[in-house]
Amino acid sequence: MGLVKQTLSGVFGKAERVFEYAFGQRNNPFTWLGALGWYFYWITAATGIYLYIFFDTGIVEAFASVEYMTNDQWYAAGIMRSLHRYASDALVVVVILHLLREFAMDRLRGKHFFAWLTGVPLLAFIYICGISGYWLVWDKLAQYIAVATTEWLDTLPFFAEPIANNFLNSTTLGGRFFTLMVLIHIFAPLFMLLLMWVHVQRHSGARVNPPRSLAIGTLAVMTALSLVYPAVSQGPADLDTVPAVVSLDWFYLAGYPLLDVIPGGQLWLYVVIGFVSFALLPWLPPEKTAPVARVSLPNCNGCSRCFDDCPFSALTMVPRSDGRPYEAEPIVNADNCTSCGICAGSCPTSTPFRRAGPIEPGIELPDRTIGALREQVMAPLPCADGKPRVIVFACDHSNAELLDGDGVRVIKLPCLGMLPPSFIDYSLSRRFADGVLLAGCAENDCYHRLGNEWTMRRLARERDPHLRQRVPMDRVRLAFLPAGAHRRRAKALDEFRSALGEVVDE
Amino acid sequence: MNKAIRLVIQVGLYVGFAVAVGWFSASPAYQYASGDMTTLKLSLSHAAHRVKPCVQLTPKEIAELSPNMRRTERCERERLPLTIQLEVDGEIIARVEAPPSGLWNDGPASVYERFEVSPGVHTMTARLRDSGRTDAWDYTHSETVTFEAGSYFTVTFRAESGGFSFR
Repeated sequence: MGLVKQTLSGVFGKAERVFEYAFGQRNNPFTWLGALGWYFYWITAATGIYLYIFFDTGIVEAFASVEYMTNDQWYAAGIMRSLHRYASDALVVVVILHLLREFAMDRLRGKHFFAWLTGVPLLAFIYICGISGYWLVWDKLAQYIAVATTEWLDTLPFFAEPIANNFLNSTTLGGRFFTLMVLIHIFAPLFMLLLMWVHVQRHSGARVNPPRSLAIGTLAVMTALSLVYPAVSQGPADLDTVPAVVSLDWFYLAGYPLLDVIPGGQLWLYVVIGFVSFALLPWLPPEKTAPVARVSLPNCNGCSRCFDDCPFSALTMVPRSDGRPYEAEPIVNADNCTSCGICAGSCPTSTPFRRAGPIEPGIELPDRTIGALREQVMAPLPCADGKPRVIVFACDHSNAELLDGDGVRVIKLPCLGMLPPSFIDYSLSRRFADGVLLAGCAENDCYHRLGNEWTMRRLARERDPHLRQRVPMDRVRLAFLPAGAHRRRAKALDEFRSALGEVVDE
Repeated sequence: MNKAIRLVIQVGLYVGFAVAVGWFSASPAYQYASGDMTTLKLSLSHAAHRVKPCVQLTPKEIAELSPNMRRTERCERERLPLTIQLEVDGEIIARVEAPPSGLWNDGPASVYERFEVSPGVHTMTARLRDSGRTDAWDYTHSETVTFEAGSYFTVTFRAESGGFSFR
C-alpha cells in the first residue's frame, strides 16, 4: 500500500509542478479538486434545471424535445445541454483525481476517515445521476444503456419478473418506467447534495468554491467546448433494432463493455468488493493515533481562539465548569481531533517568554508540548563556517529534516499552524538564530487543511495571535512547498541564508 | 515574458482538459453487437405446476378446519422448474432450465436470454415443459419466420394467450 501511495504521490508531484508553474501555487487546480467538484455539480444542476423546462417526459416526446433543444434552440438550451454533459464529465475527472490524491497524500487514515467514508457512496450517486441522465434522451445510446442496465439488474435475485422485459421490443415499453427514471434523475442529485454536505461536515470552513479566476477559466473553456463540439443525440431509440455501435461517454459508461465479457452476477460481486475495499482503505493498515489535544483550565480564559482555528471542528465551547469568572471553556472531541496542534498555536498563553514556572498553555498536545518546543529553540545552534544561523520550523508532512546541518536546526511540528508567532519573536530577539524559515505544505494544500493559512495570517497580523511588530520580517521567510520538494526547499534555505548574510552584515 | 509563457501554458492546460473531456464523452465508439446478425431474445415468466398435485379434502377434513380457513383442497407450495427449448430449422439453439422463484420455490420461473442467430428465413420452434413430464412438451409453437440482420427477434410466452408468440 505504501509503495502505491508513494508512486501516486510522485506522479502527482510531477504533474502539479507544471500546473503550479502555470496557475501559481494559490490557484493550482490540484489543490482545489474538491471545490472544483462542487463547482461542476452546481453547473450541472443549474443547466439541468434549465433543460427540464423544455424537456418532455413522454417516451416519444423525450427524444424530440432534446432534439429541439439541440438544434432549434442551439444558442441557449443547446449550449446548456452540452455544458450539462461536459460539466458532469468534468465532475467525474476531478472527483477521481481528488480521491487518488487524498489517497496518495495519506489524508484518509485515522481521524480523516470520515470524509473518505462518506465519499464512497457519493461515487455511486455520481454514477446513478450520470447514467439515469443518459437514459432520458431516449436515443440509441439510451436504448443500449436501458437494456444493458436492466439485464445487469436482472442478475440480482430481487425481481419477480425480468425488468429487461420493459425494453423487449417497441410494444412492451411503458411510460411508467420512463417516469421512474426522470424521478431518479431529479432525486439522486438531491441526495447527492445532502451527502456532499455530510462529506465536509468535519471540516470547519470547508472550501467548496474554487478561486474566481479558476472558476471563470473553467466555465469559459467548458462553454467554448460546448460551442465547438456540442453534445448531440445518436438517433432515436428503436427497440426492434440492435444498437450495434454506440458512442459511449467513457467517464460514466466505461464499465458497460465489461458486461459483454463478465457475467452480470460476477460483476456485481466485483463492484461490491471494490466499494467495500474502498471504504475500508482508511484502516488498511490502521493508523497509530497520537494523543489528542488537552485543555488546561487553570490556564484557559475561554477566549475561543482554539475553537475558531480548529480545522476539523474538534472543539466545542461550553459554559465554564470551574467557577472562574469566564464565560466558556473548550472541550475536545477526541473522535474529531487529528492532533495537529493548531489549537496550541492559536492559544495566547502559548508563549516562550513566560519566566515563572514551567510553560503550560490553555490547550496543547500532551506528547508535543509548548515547553518542549521552547527547549528545542533554546538549544545551542553552532555554526562553524560563520554563515547566518537558521531555525527551520517544519511540519511533519515534509522531508525538511534533510535540511538539518551546520548552523541549521530543523524543528518539526505536526503542523506549521502549531507554531505560536511568539516563538519567531523569541528565536530572533533572544538571538537563538539569525533567521527563521517556516517550511509548510504547499499553499492551499496543508495536510491539516488550515495550518498554512493561519500561519500566514498570524504573520501578516490579520489573525490572533499576531506576530509582534518588532519582529524584522527580513529575518523571517516562508517556504510552502509540496512534501517531497527537498531540492526546492534546500534552494529556498540557501537563498534565505544568503539574504540573511546581507542583513546581518548591515 | 515569464508571465506570457505561464499564460500560454495555462491556456494550453485548459484546452487540453477540454479536449480530453470532449473526446472521451463520446469516443471511441463501442461495437456492442455485430450488425450483420439477428439478436434473438427469449423472455418469459411462468409458474410451473406444483411438485405434488393438490389433494381433494373430504367433507370431514373440511369440517375440522376453522370456519375462516376452510378450503376444498390442500396444496404443497413448491413448484417444478420450467424447461424451454428453442430450435431453428430443427437444430436446438438453446435449452434452458429455470427454477421457480421465491424462498419456498413457489413463485413463477423467469427466463431472459439473448442469442445471436443468422439472418434469413427459418423454421423456428419453441417448446416449454411445466409439468415435469418426460414423454412430451406441454407447449410447442412452430412458425416460419424471417430474421433480419441488425434486428431483435423476440420469443415470449403467455399461457393465458395460448403459449408462445414470436415477433
